[in-house]
Amino acid sequence: MIGVILKSMTKSNLIYLGVSAILLILPFILTGRSVQFMITQIFIFAIFAMSYDLLLGYTGIISFGHAMFFGIGAYTTAIFMDRFDASFGALLIAILVAVLFAAIVSFIVGILTLRLKSHFYAMLTLAFAGLFLVAAEKWRTLTKGNDGFTFKVPEFLRDSTTIYIVSLICLVLIFFGLRRMTQSPFGRVLVAIRENEERTVSLGFKVLHYKVMVSVVSGVVASFAGVLYMLSLRFVNTSVFHTDVTIDVLLMTIIGGVGTLVGPILGAALIELAHHWISGLANVHWIFERWIILYGTVYILVVIFFPLGIVGTIRSKLSGGSMQKMLSKKKAG
Amino acid sequence: MSSLLKLSQVEAYIQQFHILHDINFEVPKGEVTVLLGRNGAGKTTTLRTIMGLNPVSKGSVVFKNEDISNLKPHLIANKGIGYVPEDQGIFGDLTVGENLRVAMKREDQETTERLDWILDLFPDLKKFWKKPGGQLSGGQKQMLAIARAYVNENDLLLIDEPSKGLAPIVVEKVMETILQMKEKTTILLVEQNFLMASKIGDRFYIIDDGQTVHNGLMGELKQDKALMKKYLGVS
Repeated sequence: MIGVILKSMTKSNLIYLGVSAILLILPFILTGRSVQFMITQIFIFAIFAMSYDLLLGYTGIISFGHAMFFGIGAYTTAIFMDRFDASFGALLIAILVAVLFAAIVSFIVGILTLRLKSHFYAMLTLAFAGLFLVAAEKWRTLTKGNDGFTFKVPEFLRDSTTIYIVSLICLVLIFFGLRRMTQSPFGRVLVAIRENEERTVSLGFKVLHYKVMVSVVSGVVASFAGVLYMLSLRFVNTSVFHTDVTIDVLLMTIIGGVGTLVGPILGAALIELAHHWISGLANVHWIFERWIILYGTVYILVVIFFPLGIVGTIRSKLSGGSMQKMLSKKKAG
Repeated sequence: MSSLLKLSQVEAYIQQFHILHDINFEVPKGEVTVLLGRNGAGKTTTLRTIMGLNPVSKGSVVFKNEDISNLKPHLIANKGIGYVPEDQGIFGDLTVGENLRVAMKREDQETTERLDWILDLFPDLKKFWKKPGGQLSGGQKQMLAIARAYVNENDLLLIDEPSKGLAPIVVEKVMETILQMKEKTTILLVEQNFLMASKIGDRFYIIDDGQTVHNGLMGELKQDKALMKKYLGVS
């Protein structure tokens, strides 16, 4: 039976499953809590970056406020867990409410702006994210403001290895789910919209429907990443709504390679590792405390020299550099 | 003669510019109607206006006895109009196969037969089935654009300058294909290449400065050297 399943799988799926299996046994080999925590953060941000890739990489929609959905996931669940008992049932309801809330917000933002040019979506998401940040800061009775709050989670999630495994399973399931979606007829329409929206309309597709649908899926996945983030920290504060979070996820997606899904996972790993490494160098020179300056430099270099990101560049090399040529043409056009 | 498409006193703007002033023509079912005219006369804008990509500011566009003026483009496309734009509009990151499949409204027996038929005419598309559309040559892109519009059972195909920028041998191939497609569907063609237009077309309309100024059977136009020189610069 297993043999038949393995035979029916593509080579790339087998590689992904192999890597997942290695990652699954990793916490039983590496016992250091800080390393385990860092890898868990990579899984969570990888999910968040994939949600951004759906928008930017597959559909060509730029969001400047994607942190809003991450924050919605984190805060909604945290508030629920704080107000109710720390049971598994309460957690499930909290996740459901968080995801539903994110879906409603992304639907409203999408329906209001996606019929217009994509920069309107970018600006409105920025404005909405700002609004949520201010609300989280000012509505202290609910959010406890900038200080944030800690809360209890169900007993089984208090173990860092469990959180690691849960995050990894979520990452794998979401990756394969999104991969299936992007390779389906729906995914082909998304790419067609990114490539030539007018032509897609002329083929008979109601583009707005597709854009709103992808915006909702992206918002829901981002909010789920927020839920996992909150569970891993057992603490939440307003930093989850900050623009820095959106900049991070943008970097992860661009450095890894837009429109690839694997790229953002790789990007998340690189950025999180860089965060960790640069923070450790804070005593060496003050510049390492201002990591955003370094990120800015990396971002400029990547855009100039690797506009397709790591995975995109590798794929381009494998297919004879054609994507690079296409990108040059797009830029010239 | 039953007309499939009829434009009456159509006017259209692109931003503040008044491009179409008075367009009137009919496309009879089962024929190839050619729109001729110099560069900038308004031929492409006419096709885009039929597709709903430019709004009709005055007049009417009637397709299969239904007024489709100012319907949304996706609704117009779903009424049975296929469009091959001037720039071909190939999705560069999608493969040839995906470019065709994304356009297919159904994947039934009839659509598969149409796909097989067009692929037999353009064997290059079969050969490069898994190649990204962006990597095709200009001629292959044109073939793909035509195939993509043909693959659905459309009642009318709008084809904008299919010979533009192509080598003579490729133009010949495209022309042969359109001649074969003519047996199966109605075509409204915009074409600068008069030789090609005269071989394919059954009737013509000349557009000049956003107005239809002349029309008739293609055979008559070939005889009227003065008219050809005046509006098309062909002597």
